[in-house]
Amino acid sequence: MADGRAAAKRQINSRLWLSGSWLLLLVIAALAAPLLAPQDPLAQDLFASRLPPLWQAGADPAYPLGSDSLGRDVLSRTLYGARIALVVALIAGSCTCILGAGLGLVAGYYRGWADLLISRFIEIWMAFPPVLFAILLIAVMGTGLTSIIVAIVVIDWTRFARVIRAEAMSQSAMDYVASAKVAGRKRFGIMVVEILPNVLPTIVVLLTLEMGIAVIVEAILSFVNLSISTDDPTWGSMIAEGRASIHQSWWVLVFPLITLFLTVLSFSQLGEGLKDHFDPVLR
Amino acid sequence: MTLIRTFLKRLVSMLITLIGVAVIVFFVIRIVPGNPIAMMLPPGAGEEDIARLKALYGFDKTLPEQFLIWGKGILAGDFGTSITTRQPVMSLVLGRLPATLELSIMALVMAVALGGALALAGTRQRGGKTEAVIDVTNGISLSVPDFLWGLLFILLFGVLWPVFHISGRVSPALDLPFVTNFYLFESLLRLRFDIWLDLVSHMFMPALALAIPLAAIIAQLLKQSLKETMHLDYVTLARTKGYSETHVILREALPNAILPTLTLVGVQFTFLIGGTVIIERLFSYEGLGNMAIDAVINRDLPLIQGIVILFAVIFTSVNLLVDLTYALLNPRLRHG
Repeated sequence: MADGRAAAKRQINSRLWLSGSWLLLLVIAALAAPLLAPQDPLAQDLFASRLPPLWQAGADPAYPLGSDSLGRDVLSRTLYGARIALVVALIAGSCTCILGAGLGLVAGYYRGWADLLISRFIEIWMAFPPVLFAILLIAVMGTGLTSIIVAIVVIDWTRFARVIRAEAMSQSAMDYVASAKVAGRKRFGIMVVEILPNVLPTIVVLLTLEMGIAVIVEAILSFVNLSISTDDPTWGSMIAEGRASIHQSWWVLVFPLITLFLTVLSFSQLGEGLKDHFDPVLR
Repeated sequence: MTLIRTFLKRLVSMLITLIGVAVIVFFVIRIVPGNPIAMMLPPGAGEEDIARLKALYGFDKTLPEQFLIWGKGILAGDFGTSITTRQPVMSLVLGRLPATLELSIMALVMAVALGGALALAGTRQRGGKTEAVIDVTNGISLSVPDFLWGLLFILLFGVLWPVFHISGRVSPALDLPFVTNFYLFESLLRLRFDIWLDLVSHMFMPALALAIPLAAIIAQLLKQSLKETMHLDYVTLARTKGYSETHVILREALPNAILPTLTLVGVQFTFLIGGTVIIERLFSYEGLGNMAIDAVINRDLPLIQGIVILFAVIFTSVNLLVDLTYALLNPRLRHG
């Protein structure tokens, strides 16, 4: 048994390391994009359109990963795309977390009409197809970074609220909450000082997972041409362009797709790894 | 008795949810800047034409009035008229629904088959290398959403090794003799296997993309419950009776381990249906989701409303069905 536990721990650690390294690399690439990018990500050059990547015949070393149909550099756009993806992940993820976890805590701890109301909203939200809901919101608010972040928060708060509500409910029934009540603490104080720290590990795990989801939602919205603007280098818009010209220039799709794939996988593995890391049985 | 009461309670709750969805979608899409009428007018249309067109679609009334008219229409089975196509929303939406249902059900079948097989294989080979491989594959499949799987399949099986069609529902050159829009089903009934194969070749990749995350969830949960069941006394007894390991897993452990997975599959199935929106777009598959995105881009308000309501009805009905099945199958709730 002890052996199995050590093996499980090693597996968790390697998962955390691998996903953490990729995300760190991405952060560095995003920060240093102006230094690393060989070209201006927006510069079009119709004489350099659809150049293949470096190792193929007919490539131009100035475009290491090739260029798209307008002659924009794939590598530079992928690097700058990391900036947008990470900003969305960070801001949308945290805002969703604060709103959703807050409502979940209130519903789970206070119960009563607050819980009735919040639970009803969760149920209504669950009846919307999320992607369609996001597209609708962007159509209403107009494209742009702020709209995307607002759309993600509005759609995804239920992910946090559902889980945290249930956790807060089970925590409320514990002895330490009862003794805090006896000690004369106010209800709000108990919620913030006693219950919140105990649901915090769950919140951190959900936040990590949510960041990956935010990156995907942004990519999906850019894919249907509703993200920031058609010019800005986002992975989703590159993928949309790559999908359209897949038979002429596969590299326009492949490189942003691999980057997106690894990023989403890393966020999710980091979240799952943290979940196991916080798990008292495995610890 | 309690079962009926639970059912009625859930039904009322479902109706409240649907009304909530209707209110939200109705008012949210009316914050849209830009008049939907403006897009339909030919250049040089006069004030009078605008007013007439507005009156035709009811946009001259106040919002609460519009909502009431729309609500009354729904109760009578009339979802209004699409602005872009000028056809009844109801017939447009019902015309596309079969395509989405066929895709979702095919994906569900694939997910259950794939996930179930992985869970059984993992239980049979537990503790070995095979189980470790299955666990890692599961982890990756769970982490990556349908959208990315779809793109990956387009690259692999549409371009690198082109074995499947990457866009559309059926080859346009084919002459379709169908009376319903359930092409996949009807082609089987009519024994038109050529069309059936063509349909499957179009559906295979989008369905698989939708199926993979669900298959991973099924595999994970079913394997977990199977493992727990395998330690129970009655399973050990069956083993001492000399039954083979495969028999023990399939006949003794599986029936008892399947209930938690069954409820989960129901809930996850609604997520899968939600995923069809972007997957249909990705594969240019002519279903509801693809029509919905076009409707949003064209600001076709009545059509958007109709599609969102239909999705909400599907989601809530699936959940209701799952709850009922669970209540029927679980003896504790049945007699509770």
